[in-house]
Amino acid sequence: MYCLIAAEAAIFTIFVVAYVFYIGKSVAGPQPKEVLHAPIFFTVCLLSSSLTIHAAVRKLAVGNMAAFARYWVLTIVLGALFLFGTAREWAHLIVQDGFTVSTNLFGTTYYSLVGLHGFHVTMGLLALLLVALFYFKARLGPEHAERLEILSMYWHFVDAVWVVVFIVVYVIGA
Amino acid sequence: MSTTTITLTESELPVSRPFPLRLHEWVTTVDHKRLGILYVVYALAFLTFGGIEATIMRLQLIRPNNHLVSPEVFNRMFTMHGTTMIFFAAMPLVFGFANYLVPLMIGARDMAFPRLNAFSFWMTALGGLLLYFSFLGGDGLYGGGGAPDVGWFAYAPLTAKAFSVGHSTDYWTLSLMVSGIGSVGTAINIIATILCMRCPGMTLGRMPLLAWLNLTMAGLVILAVSPLTAAQLMLLVDRYLGGHFFDTQAGGSAAIWMHFFWVFGHPEVYVLAIPAFAIASEVIPVFSRKAIFGYPVMVLATVAIGFISMSVWAHHMFTIGMSSGANTFFVLSTMAIAVPTGIKIFNWLATMWGGKIRFCTPMLFCIAFLFQFLIAGLTGVTLAVAPVDWQLGGSYYLVAHFHYVIVGAILFALFSGFYYWYPKVTGKMASEFLGKLHFWLFMIGFHLTFDFMHIPGLLGMPRRIYTYEPGRGWDIWNLIVTIGVVFQAAGILMFAVNLVWSYYRGRVAGNDPWDAWTLEWSTSSPPPEYNYAVVPTVRSRRPLWDLKHPEDPDWRYE
Repeated sequence: MYCLIAAEAAIFTIFVVAYVFYIGKSVAGPQPKEVLHAPIFFTVCLLSSSLTIHAAVRKLAVGNMAAFARYWVLTIVLGALFLFGTAREWAHLIVQDGFTVSTNLFGTTYYSLVGLHGFHVTMGLLALLLVALFYFKARLGPEHAERLEILSMYWHFVDAVWVVVFIVVYVIGA
Repeated sequence: MSTTTITLTESELPVSRPFPLRLHEWVTTVDHKRLGILYVVYALAFLTFGGIEATIMRLQLIRPNNHLVSPEVFNRMFTMHGTTMIFFAAMPLVFGFANYLVPLMIGARDMAFPRLNAFSFWMTALGGLLLYFSFLGGDGLYGGGGAPDVGWFAYAPLTAKAFSVGHSTDYWTLSLMVSGIGSVGTAINIIATILCMRCPGMTLGRMPLLAWLNLTMAGLVILAVSPLTAAQLMLLVDRYLGGHFFDTQAGGSAAIWMHFFWVFGHPEVYVLAIPAFAIASEVIPVFSRKAIFGYPVMVLATVAIGFISMSVWAHHMFTIGMSSGANTFFVLSTMAIAVPTGIKIFNWLATMWGGKIRFCTPMLFCIAFLFQFLIAGLTGVTLAVAPVDWQLGGSYYLVAHFHYVIVGAILFALFSGFYYWYPKVTGKMASEFLGKLHFWLFMIGFHLTFDFMHIPGLLGMPRRIYTYEPGRGWDIWNLIVTIGVVFQAAGILMFAVNLVWSYYRGRVAGNDPWDAWTLEWSTSSPPPEYNYAVVPTVRSRRPLWDLKHPEDPDWRYE
């Protein structure tokens, strides 16, 4: 998993480099500060889901299944909330501002970087849901804690990437 | 006290099964040895395709104003030749060797993730099929272009929708993305296998060099192939969603594609070269009857090459006009990489020094590898000097240089590996006569082609031109270069004949025909599915030496 994370980190690095390189290079509007609003609430959701997934795996390891389920579902809800936030932001940008991938360079880099991250969140959510399914089928036990530890590592990685994306897109870029 | 618990496995009698059943077993296999063989066979098929494309180019260039193929076809040929050879011949060869040998050499029964292994192979296979399907499907609805014709590094804006209509570039993009996923999967697998599956006693410091070098290679794959995947994603966004990453009219940059491509492209050279070094590091000691000289330094040099290779990419871009600061940095880093590589060459020479050298086919290829790799490195150092590169970059001198690396060094080492491990894989000895014939034909052909290719480059012949005017002093050199192709093709034919003939008629090899020292020679040839009936325990870098010489084992000295 560390290797996969290294490979994924390399992919994100390339996209972040492209984003940073192209800041302010768009020849046509809109510029980032005219359309972007930092999604503080949804960022808090995603980052706190790192805590809940960590707690969930800890509970699973000691066999506290009920507590595990609570934290796990909370993680899924927080992740889904974040995705909803991105979706709402994009809907607003596309419908209200008419701002798409092909509008200008900023659009190209913005949608691909945030979209790539959103894709990773979606994949993570699917994996989380799969585990939830196993739980409700009563196929999950403390012996699986080590495997979920690996999934949780992936989730932490996705969160950490968001910190970088947030800083680059909403702080430096705007 | 007993030094080792390695047991020699006896050969099992082959059981004959009906063909559909055997085919089904091969398609659904998760056995690292079978997947290794699949990789290699697949790569040899693509090596042939790439070779045919190269032959077409050389026939076109045999004399000035030749009209064997049209300029459009010529463009497709060099694009397909480059892409095929790097991604679908060299990479699968390297992965095939790693897959087959790494678990055997570290005393494991399989790779860490056998199913991921199978998945990775079939992704790579799909990538190759996608690329070659472009001959049929590249026209798309627009009727533009057959196979991709944008060059193997596909510089923007050639890949923009306006200049590359149809789907040929998309097949190129998708095939590299798909096979890239396969490569990263295999790399993860190799790292996990080496770090977690070593047999008892096999500390990192006792690992065969082949395992160390493949570990470095896998690390490079992870850090180098992923940027390529990212860049291909961007290209797809540009081509299908109307993005502007590489669209200079909207403020995008063509140079950034170059950066992204070469961030992959240069470490990729070492992804291919390091496993070639790995083969040389196993073959040279066995055929010199000496332990490898300077094992820890070899490991260090390899890892150093791995690190430095990631900071040299822009030496491919001197000619585009970078700042002098960037030029200086990349000149120095590129020259720095010659130091660990030089250390390796001296260590191989020191291994041979004073040894009882046996001139069998694997060793012949290794000696040629050493010599040719040195020349390739020296022309590399000349190209590392930015002003020289301004003059010679983009000429046939450059083409000769990197073919010297990839054919003269990497392919020669791979051939050496083929002859060295052929008895292990098939249980039969490869024919020495055919092997030597292959060696001499191929070496003569190689030197005719690639030695003389430097000269038209120095005389100013640019790469990728489909023909040239007479009277520029290029004619005779191009003729010689093309004549060399005949010898190379004859050599490859001998190789193919040898592979098939020896499989049916070769002498039975036995477990350890070369009197070698690493673990794979302790099991039967071919090894059983589980590799080792009893997982071996090792106490030194040469476990089989310890077994054969209990009176003077290696572990006393290490």
